[in-house]
Amino acid sequence: MRVGVVTFPGSNCDYDLYKAAQQVGADVEFIWHRQKSLDGYDVVMLPGGFSYGDYLRAGAIARISPVMEDIVGFAENGGPVLGICNGFQILCEAGLLPGALIRNVSLRFESRDVHMLVEQTETPFTSEYQKGQILRIPIAHGEGNYEADGQLLEQLEAEGRIVFRYVNRGGEMTEEANPNGSRNSIAGLTNESGNVLGMMPHPERAMEEILGSVDGMGVFLSLAANLSTVVL
Amino acid sequence: MSAGESPTIVIPFVSPRAGDPVITSELVADHGLSDDEYKHICRIMGRTPTFTELGVFSAMWSEHCGYKNSKRLLQLLPTQAPWVIQGPGENAGVIDVGDGYALAFKIESHNHPSAVEPYQGAATGVGGILRDVFTMGARPIAVLDSLRFGDLDSARVRYLFGRVVSGVGDYGNCVGIPNIGGEVAFDRGYEENPIVNVMCLGLMKKEDLITASASGVGNTLMVVGARTGRDGIHGATFASEELSEESEEASRPQVQVGDPFTEKLLLEASLELISSGAITGIQDMGAAGITSSASEMAGRAGNGVQIDVARVPVREPDMTPYEILLSESQERMLVVATKGHEDEVHRILEKWELEAEEIGEVTADGRFRVLENDAVVADMPALPLTEGCPTYEREGIEAEEVRQLREMDLTEHLIPQGDLTKVFLLLLASPNVASKRWIYHQYDTTVRTSTAVRPGGASGVVRIRGTKRAIAATTDCNGRFVYLNPRRGTMIAVAEAARNLVCVGAVPTAITNNLNFGNPLKQHIYYQFREAVLGMADACKAFETPVTGGNVSFYNETDGRAIYPTPVIGMVGIIENVSDITPQSFQSKGDDIVLLGENTAEMGGAEYLYVTAGLVAGEPPRVNLARERQLQRAVLTMIQHNELRSAHDCSEGGLACALAECALGDEEAPFGVKVELDDALPPVATLFAESQGRIVVSCAPDRTENVIKLAMDHGVPARRIGKVGRRGEAFHVTAIAGQIEIDLVTLSRAYFGALPAIMNTPASSVE
Repeated sequence: MRVGVVTFPGSNCDYDLYKAAQQVGADVEFIWHRQKSLDGYDVVMLPGGFSYGDYLRAGAIARISPVMEDIVGFAENGGPVLGICNGFQILCEAGLLPGALIRNVSLRFESRDVHMLVEQTETPFTSEYQKGQILRIPIAHGEGNYEADGQLLEQLEAEGRIVFRYVNRGGEMTEEANPNGSRNSIAGLTNESGNVLGMMPHPERAMEEILGSVDGMGVFLSLAANLSTVVL
Repeated sequence: MSAGESPTIVIPFVSPRAGDPVITSELVADHGLSDDEYKHICRIMGRTPTFTELGVFSAMWSEHCGYKNSKRLLQLLPTQAPWVIQGPGENAGVIDVGDGYALAFKIESHNHPSAVEPYQGAATGVGGILRDVFTMGARPIAVLDSLRFGDLDSARVRYLFGRVVSGVGDYGNCVGIPNIGGEVAFDRGYEENPIVNVMCLGLMKKEDLITASASGVGNTLMVVGARTGRDGIHGATFASEELSEESEEASRPQVQVGDPFTEKLLLEASLELISSGAITGIQDMGAAGITSSASEMAGRAGNGVQIDVARVPVREPDMTPYEILLSESQERMLVVATKGHEDEVHRILEKWELEAEEIGEVTADGRFRVLENDAVVADMPALPLTEGCPTYEREGIEAEEVRQLREMDLTEHLIPQGDLTKVFLLLLASPNVASKRWIYHQYDTTVRTSTAVRPGGASGVVRIRGTKRAIAATTDCNGRFVYLNPRRGTMIAVAEAARNLVCVGAVPTAITNNLNFGNPLKQHIYYQFREAVLGMADACKAFETPVTGGNVSFYNETDGRAIYPTPVIGMVGIIENVSDITPQSFQSKGDDIVLLGENTAEMGGAEYLYVTAGLVAGEPPRVNLARERQLQRAVLTMIQHNELRSAHDCSEGGLACALAECALGDEEAPFGVKVELDDALPPVATLFAESQGRIVVSCAPDRTENVIKLAMDHGVPARRIGKVGRRGEAFHVTAIAGQIEIDLVTLSRAYFGALPAIMNTPASSVE
C-alpha cells in the first residue's frame, strides 16, 4: 500500500499519520501542499492540525490550496481519501463530504478520550472492525460539531454513511458522551460512494499500548488489507 | 581596520536623529534607569547617549534582560553535572538523556502581560518558550504550564483564569505540541498578579545542538519570520515594574499578539535551517527584540554587529530606529548565515512562506552599531550591554507580619470543625485539590503520539521513539510554604518535584526555575528571594539536579501588594525503560495500600487551614533532604524491581486527598478504599496535614513484604495501611478518633465537578 500524507502549512498531525501508516507496513510519503500530481498513491490522507492557521474557518483556505484540485479528482475516480480532524474539516469545505463542522457546543477546545461505536464495516477504512465494536480514541479539536440539515441527516442515516458515532463506555448515545454537540452523535461519515471518510477522533493516536489504546489500528489495518492487492 | 593594526580608542559621535526627545532625568527615569546607572552608561559611552542608545541600554539593563538584582545570588546555584551539556546563559539548558539524544528545556514567565491581557499574554508566553527551545536545534516535544490566580469567587479572577487557559491551549494546540502537565493554585495572594509560567521540552540528536552566537566575522545577520511592528515596545522594561490600577489600560500596547501559525512555520523552517548547515547561530527575538538578540549573540561570540534598521521588514510605516530596535513583535528570529549561504536561507524560508532579510553583519570591532540607511543612529560597545549591567546585592529582612503568621499557634485548628467527612469533601472540592481536568481538556495532550502519561498524573511522560527511554517532567511550588518560610518552602518545592518524578519511575536529572517575586528593592522581598535561592541550592545539591537555566520575574506587585514568593521548579527526569512507567492511581482490587514516610501534625500552610479558616499561617512542614533522597531511591528501586502497581505523592490536602485521587483515577469506574490509620495524632493532622516525604503506593498482596523490606533497607518508614476495594465500593478511611466514609459517586462528583461548576458561573460584569 502506498500512502500519501498531505502536509499543509500548519498541519501538525502529518508525522503522526505517517508513523501510523508505516506501522501497518505501508510505504508512506509526505505530499507537499503545492504538489500537483497524486500518481501512484493508493490512498491519500489529510492530517489534523491548523492548516494555514485556520484563522478564517477551519479548512476554508486549505480547500483552495494547489493539491486539493487533484485530491478532488483522485476521490472522484474512486481513490480512498481519509481525513482526520482538520482533514475532515477540509473535506467538508472542499465538498467531498456533505455538511459542516462548527464550533464545539462548549465553545472550548475539547481534548480527551471518547468512545465511539463502529456502525459500518463495509468500507475500506473499517472492514477489520466488528460492527458494534466500541473504540476508545482521543479527540482534540475546537470545531468538531457536525452540522447538517434534517434532510441530509435522514439521507446519511438511510444510506448507512455514518461510520462512527460517539457513545458512552456502554455503547449508548447520550448527550454526555457527545463531546462537541454533533448532530446524531456523528463522529465520522463517508461520501456517497464510500471511498472518502472524514472523522474527528484521531485513530493514529491509538496505535500502541503505551499511548493508552490500540483501538485506532483497525482503520490502518483495514486500508492495508483492502489496498495491498491493488496492482499499479 | 586592517589585521595587525592596533585599535585606537575613538569615541564615535552619533548625532541625534530629527525628532528625538531631549534626554532629561525624567526620561532616564521613565526608562527604568537610576541616576547612577545613567552616569555609568555615559562613562561606558564616553559621551551622552542618543535617545535610541538610551532605549537600547534601558532594555538590556532592565531586570528582565540584565538580572541586576538576581545575578549575584543565582551564582550560588549548582549548574554542573556530567550529564549537563549546556548550563545557564543560552536560550535553553541542555542535558544528555542517553542513546545519542539531548534534551533542551526551559521555563519562562509571562506574568505581567497576562495580568493585562490574559489571552495574548499567555499565548505569547508559550510562543516565546517554544522558540527558546527550537533555536537550540531541538524539536519541541512537550509543554507544561504552571499557573497561579486569586480565589475563584471573583468574576475578574475567573475571567483571567479562563482566558489564560485558552491562551496557553490555543497556542500550543495550533503549533501541535502536547501539554503533558503542570500545576495551578488559587489563593488571594495572587488576586491582582496572576502567575503564568510555561515550560517547554525539546528533543534533538546530540550533534544537532546549535547555540545562539554571532560567530564568524563577515557572516550575515538576517531577520526571519514575522514583520516588525509597534507591539510590545519596551515589554522588557514593563516586565520590570510594579503594576498599578492604571497599568491595565496604559500597558496594553506593550503586550504582544501571538500568531501560532507563523510560529509553526518558523519552527519547521528553523529546524530545516539548522540541519542545512547554512547558518552558524540563531536566536529568538524575545524580550527587547532585535536589540537583545543581536547584542547577546555578539556578546557570546566576543564579536560586534552592525545592523541597518531600514532593512528590517516592518508592519507599519514611519517606524523609528528606537521602535524597530525595541519592538517585541512575536514570531521573529535573528539568524547568522554563513557568508555566501544567504540564498539557501532565503530558499528555505520561501518554502515555508516566510520572509527573510539581510539586515547586517558580524564585525570584529566589538561594537553594537545601528544604521538607518547611511546614518549611524547608535554606536556602542556590545559587551557592556549584555555583561555590564550593574548588579546589586541588597539587604534582606523578613517582614514582621510573616514572622507572626509563621509563629501562630494552630492548636485550636486541630479540633475538627464539624463532621470530618464533610470537611474532607470541602477540601477535595477546593480548586487547589480538585481535578484540573477542566483545564487540560482544553489542551491537546496526545498530538505527536508519544505521550505516555498525560496531565493529571504525578508527572507527564513522553517516550523517545525508537528507544526504550522516556522523559518525565513536572512543575512544582507551593507558594504558601515559601511565603511562610522561603528557604524551607523552596526546598519543599524541589523535593516535591523530585518525588513526582520518581512516582512515575523517572530518575530526577536537572531543573529549570522560574523565580516569581515582588519588588526586590524592598527588603522583605529581597529576603524572600535570597532565602529561596539558598534553599534551592541546598536541595538541588542534595538531589543532584543541577539548574540549567531559568527566568526571574520580579515586580509581581500591584499597588504595593506582592504575590507569595513563587520559585517554580521545572524538573525533568529520565526513565530508562518505558516498562517502568508507573500510574498514580490504584489498578486492582485487593491490592495492598502502603504508606512510605511518616504522618505528622505539621499543619502549617496546609490547604485545610485555608479552606476551613481562610488562614495561611504556621511553620511549613519540615523537610529532611537526605531522607527525601532515600525515599526517592527506595521508590525507584521498587519500581525497577516491578513491585508496585501505583505510586502517588502526598501534597495539597494531605493523605486523605491523596488516597481519594488514587481511588478516582478512572472516573467511570473508581476503586473503593479501606484504610485504617493508627497514628497517635489528632485525626485532622493524620488526614489533612501536608507533612513531607510521603508516598502512597499500592502493590499485589504477595509483594507487600518486599515493598516494606525495600523501604526499611533505605531507612524509610513503611507500613501497610489498607486495601484497594472493589470498583464502586465505598471510600473509607479511619484514623484514631475520627473517620471518613463516603460513597464513590459523591466523592467523584466533589473531585471532578468542582472546577466545571465554578467556571460555568458566568463572568457577568467583566469583558
